[in-house]
Amino acid sequence: MFGYFLTRLGMFVPTFLGVTLISFMFIRVLPGDPIIVMAGERGMTEERYQEMVEKLGFDKPVLQQYWDYLVGVLHGDLGESFVTKKPVWDEFFALFPATLELSLCAMIFAVALGLPAGVIAAVNRGKFFDRALMSSALVGYSMPIFWWALLLIIVFSGNLGWTPVSGRIDLLYYFPSVTGFMLIDSLLSGQPGAFGSAVRHLILPTIVLGTIPLAVIARQTRSAMLEVLGEDYIRTARAKGLAPARINGLHALRNALIPVITVIGLSVGTLLAGAILTETIFSWPGIGKWMVDSIFRRDYPVVQGGLLMIAVIVMLVNLLVDVLYGVINPKIRRR
Amino acid sequence: MAELSATPPKTEDRPSALREFWYYFSENRGAVFGLWVFSAFVLCAAFAPLLAPYDPTEQFRNHILQPPAWQEGGSWAFPLGTDPLGRDMLSRLIMGSRYSFFVGIVVVCVAVTGGVIVGLLSGFAPKWVDTMIMRVMDIILSFPSLLLALVLVAILGPSLTNAMIAIAIVFQPHYVRLTRASVLAERQKDYVTSARVAGAGKARLMFKTVLPNCLAPIIVQAALSFSTAILDAAALGFLGMGAQPPTPEWGTMLAEAREFILRAWWVVTFPGLAILVTVLAINLMGDGLRDALDPKLKRS
Repeated sequence: MFGYFLTRLGMFVPTFLGVTLISFMFIRVLPGDPIIVMAGERGMTEERYQEMVEKLGFDKPVLQQYWDYLVGVLHGDLGESFVTKKPVWDEFFALFPATLELSLCAMIFAVALGLPAGVIAAVNRGKFFDRALMSSALVGYSMPIFWWALLLIIVFSGNLGWTPVSGRIDLLYYFPSVTGFMLIDSLLSGQPGAFGSAVRHLILPTIVLGTIPLAVIARQTRSAMLEVLGEDYIRTARAKGLAPARINGLHALRNALIPVITVIGLSVGTLLAGAILTETIFSWPGIGKWMVDSIFRRDYPVVQGGLLMIAVIVMLVNLLVDVLYGVINPKIRRR
Repeated sequence: MAELSATPPKTEDRPSALREFWYYFSENRGAVFGLWVFSAFVLCAAFAPLLAPYDPTEQFRNHILQPPAWQEGGSWAFPLGTDPLGRDMLSRLIMGSRYSFFVGIVVVCVAVTGGVIVGLLSGFAPKWVDTMIMRVMDIILSFPSLLLALVLVAILGPSLTNAMIAIAIVFQPHYVRLTRASVLAERQKDYVTSARVAGAGKARLMFKTVLPNCLAPIIVQAALSFSTAILDAAALGFLGMGAQPPTPEWGTMLAEAREFILRAWWVVTFPGLAILVTVLAINLMGDGLRDALDPKLKRS
């Protein structure tokens, strides 16, 4: 087991270096001089220009620059935002809880509906429920989520007036951020109605972001269940006279869960990509919106730092999934 | 065009294989339905200038935000209504199919060609080259695809061409991995050894002996990436990083219509519906292709 872990970690290090190399190169392959871009329309004096070149290390050899960048990254130094002048690292971690909260809710939504849907479809294979559920899953899987978000806004915010259109909480509530998770903070604040407001703000973004993972999980659960239901031990369980609910729920689902867990782990990338669109539409103050805004503001250190941090998160989660998978399934370890 | 999509080129000279393919493909009714819708989409893209009643950029200043024909205030002159600049929605949607089709074709061709060649090389090259290629692919896969495409477009400058390049680069690793995996499996087989013993060179082994036997999963993946490419290009257009206005690209149309969502449902609903129907049809077809071409994969 330890050997497997080391091998997997050995693959992590070169990939991490590659990812830092890509984010390092990003600011240098941009068309035009980043310092001129940074100065914007005001321009900049010759002295100030030289000062900036020195500060950003553009006068050093490229290898030296990369080394400095790498050392900086490992010490949590991702540079400063051109716009806010704050360290990118701090900005990232100030906004990350918002994205994490939204992603977790979306994942819970997707799993809570996707697993039962997949099980029901597999148990009723070929019947009406199966067809209806799998057709819906395919529609969900094909959904342009930015359009889905607009439709939900038209219906639930525009026509019915049930949910707010943007933000994380109503402006009337103000309380200090303790955990960064609005649901928890609003409860801690003790203000009446704050929690409800936070929940109402979360509903639509959660549905939008969770739709594609939901469809993927439902499809994956169904095919994993179908495979397991054909196994001999299920026939044995049936022959013993166990109740169908017990067989499906306990014997089959438990073994069908392994591939499903992998899919859940691997959808972290999908969630973060979806967060870009969802957060932009709902003005959700998280990483995705921050990245899009920074791209438009040409705030390159932020784009560079954000790109690196998101890639590292995806890599860490994949590493975790692989290791967990090795723990669950001994066959993988020995490969 | 429609016939082309129904007959995969590799089986053209073997009618029995083609019939077999059609037998399995047509078993899946959803797939056949998807094929019909996709054929309609392709025809629509091919004959767009003939089908569209108006020029997609022509502005009818007296008919701004006119609702669809069946709603009060609508007229059959503009069956699906007009947008905030008084342009005919139907004409823009029809012309928009061209952009989506074009994006799908270009992205899939570039990604498949590049990915298959690199994958073949990786499968046949010495171990260290293989390891290096796979690490590079891992690096690309560490970035969420839409984010990487977005950043690439930010570097290259926002346009439909650059969006296509970015999406093709992002899709590459999937084909590399898929091809390499099939190549590694095929290489062990006796027919490859016998070809090598008979004196076949590396290039012949790679492209003539092994590649045709690795095609099935690649074709299935190509069908699925066609739809993902359309979705991603529309998403980039929606974020303002794809096709630029006044191009009637579906994602860009949605972005332009965003501020009118509560006043004019049709400017938002139709472009998105067009994307959804196209993508859904291609995905249905992809499922059928998988069933017909790849018996190893589960029939579900």
